[in-house]
Amino acid sequence: MSDLAIAAPHRRAAGTGEAMAAWALTLPAAIAYLLMLLLPTLATAALAFTDYELGLDGFRWIGLGNFAEMLEDRGFLQSLRNTLVYVGLVTPGSIIGALLLALAIEAGTRGRTLFRAVFFLPVVSLSVAMAAAWQYLLHPTIGPLNAALRVIGIEGPAWLSSSDTVLLSLAAIGIWENLGFNLVLFLAGLTAIPRELYAAAAVDGVPSAWERFRLVTWPLLGPTTLFVLTITMIRSVRVFDTVVVLTQGGPNKASQVLLYTLYEEGFTYFRIGYSAAITLVFLGIVLASMWLQTKVLDKRVHYA
Amino acid sequence: MPERTPLLRDLPRLLFLTAAGLLMLMPYIWMAAASLKPLDEIFRASLSLWPERFFAAENYGKVFERIPVGRYLWNGVVVCGGILAFQILFAVPAGYALAKLRFRGRELVFGAVMLGLLVPPHVPALPLYVAFSQMGLLNSYTALIAPFTISVFAIFLFRQFFKSLPDDLIHAARLDGMSEMAIVWRVVLPNAWPAATAFAIFSVVAHWNDLFWPLIIANGDSHATPALGVMFFRSAEAGDDFGALMAAAVIMTAPLVIAFLLAQRRFVEGIASTGLKG
Repeated sequence: MSDLAIAAPHRRAAGTGEAMAAWALTLPAAIAYLLMLLLPTLATAALAFTDYELGLDGFRWIGLGNFAEMLEDRGFLQSLRNTLVYVGLVTPGSIIGALLLALAIEAGTRGRTLFRAVFFLPVVSLSVAMAAAWQYLLHPTIGPLNAALRVIGIEGPAWLSSSDTVLLSLAAIGIWENLGFNLVLFLAGLTAIPRELYAAAAVDGVPSAWERFRLVTWPLLGPTTLFVLTITMIRSVRVFDTVVVLTQGGPNKASQVLLYTLYEEGFTYFRIGYSAAITLVFLGIVLASMWLQTKVLDKRVHYA
Repeated sequence: MPERTPLLRDLPRLLFLTAAGLLMLMPYIWMAAASLKPLDEIFRASLSLWPERFFAAENYGKVFERIPVGRYLWNGVVVCGGILAFQILFAVPAGYALAKLRFRGRELVFGAVMLGLLVPPHVPALPLYVAFSQMGLLNSYTALIAPFTISVFAIFLFRQFFKSLPDDLIHAARLDGMSEMAIVWRVVLPNAWPAATAFAIFSVVAHWNDLFWPLIIANGDSHATPALGVMFFRSAEAGDDFGALMAAAVIMTAPLVIAFLLAQRRFVEGIASTGLKG
């Protein structure tokens, strides 16, 4: 490694040596990038246009065949619809909840650290284990939730095994999982708002807390909210763990989601080509969420 | 410090937060309670949290008896430790080169990093699986660790942080005759601990909790991570013995939750500041 030493202290003289050193330092990362990220990603894109199955010899190029099959595949269409519904429930749910709680925490000085820790706990908890806890909590006969409902005379549904409620239950768990993460981002955003602005609003005769929120907090929180929105969408499109543990896509595909379909097709049935095509759809949704942030909403939320 | 509001006026806010917090903790409370109860009490579905008959020893004993808990936890440590070590080893020098050195192709490398940030880890999974399967590496630490050795996010994070370090620091080290490699590990990294700890926490939490890749790669006890361990136990017990299942869940969740409670501030800041990659 010592041959990387640069004798000349001046930048100009060190030109080639500096470049050599830079490439030497970048090389391990570049090789790993190539092998573990770039080539496999390109391979996924290529496989999406083949009928490759693991265990069979060879494959054929079938053009858009896999994508045509998707349009006919009830399981896939259901999983796409379910994923969008799930994202549509978890995103607003966990953002509004997190914002309310962040405002409540920020409004006083007592209990800040404690509450922040409590709400953040699910972020660091083993999701598979917590899914098992939810399975018990939501169990139709022995679960505490339905036991509590029975006390007030309601017979609760079979939350996770009825096709009417399963997606709703998974979304509730999703909100629970994402809330603390969003809360911490909102808290950071709120702390960054200068105190003087609230004082100025008071001087200008802005009376109610709601008006203060509408005129000062909400506009200045714009960039944070947009960031939280994008991140929550991307995180919730990836819903997988709870589905694997709790429902396996059931009952009757009512909780089939994109990543679970991808997993089943690719790693259970070994239909690599078809699964790669689903991967591209998944990637498309993730990229669209990011694009939404940079292009569409960016103009409206930046107050320079 | 602003004046503290009187407790009485602060009370509605505190009550609201306490109620919301209790709601948030429900799964933990019931999980812990059920892990202490015998099965017949759980099946009675009473709303009392405290067990009438204390059954902790039996429930937790059963977990240790039926599944190799130590093995799973050890696998979790090896996989998370291995991933983190390679990520730091590869990303820190690259981040330094991008931040402080001038070379042809720097823009290209940085562009590749930004492009990599857009790709979720599920996207390269299929070809990697096929490759590892051809090489006979399924069910190995190599296959569990290798795909995550490159973290473009770590490169990005370290580059941003290193850019803010003063150039004089590096010039001084060069004048002392240090090689660039030595500068990276002995001058730059020691000055970047906040970024390094933030990333370390982010990485360990992500991979300790990951299910997708271990589910694909590991297919037996020998290389199962804690997340898989809970799943195996659940299917082995047909998922009906909730007392023991909750005990298993408590055991596997505990290490990270305890670490979090001990270093709460660092965790929150680490994960929030690195939240970018989700």
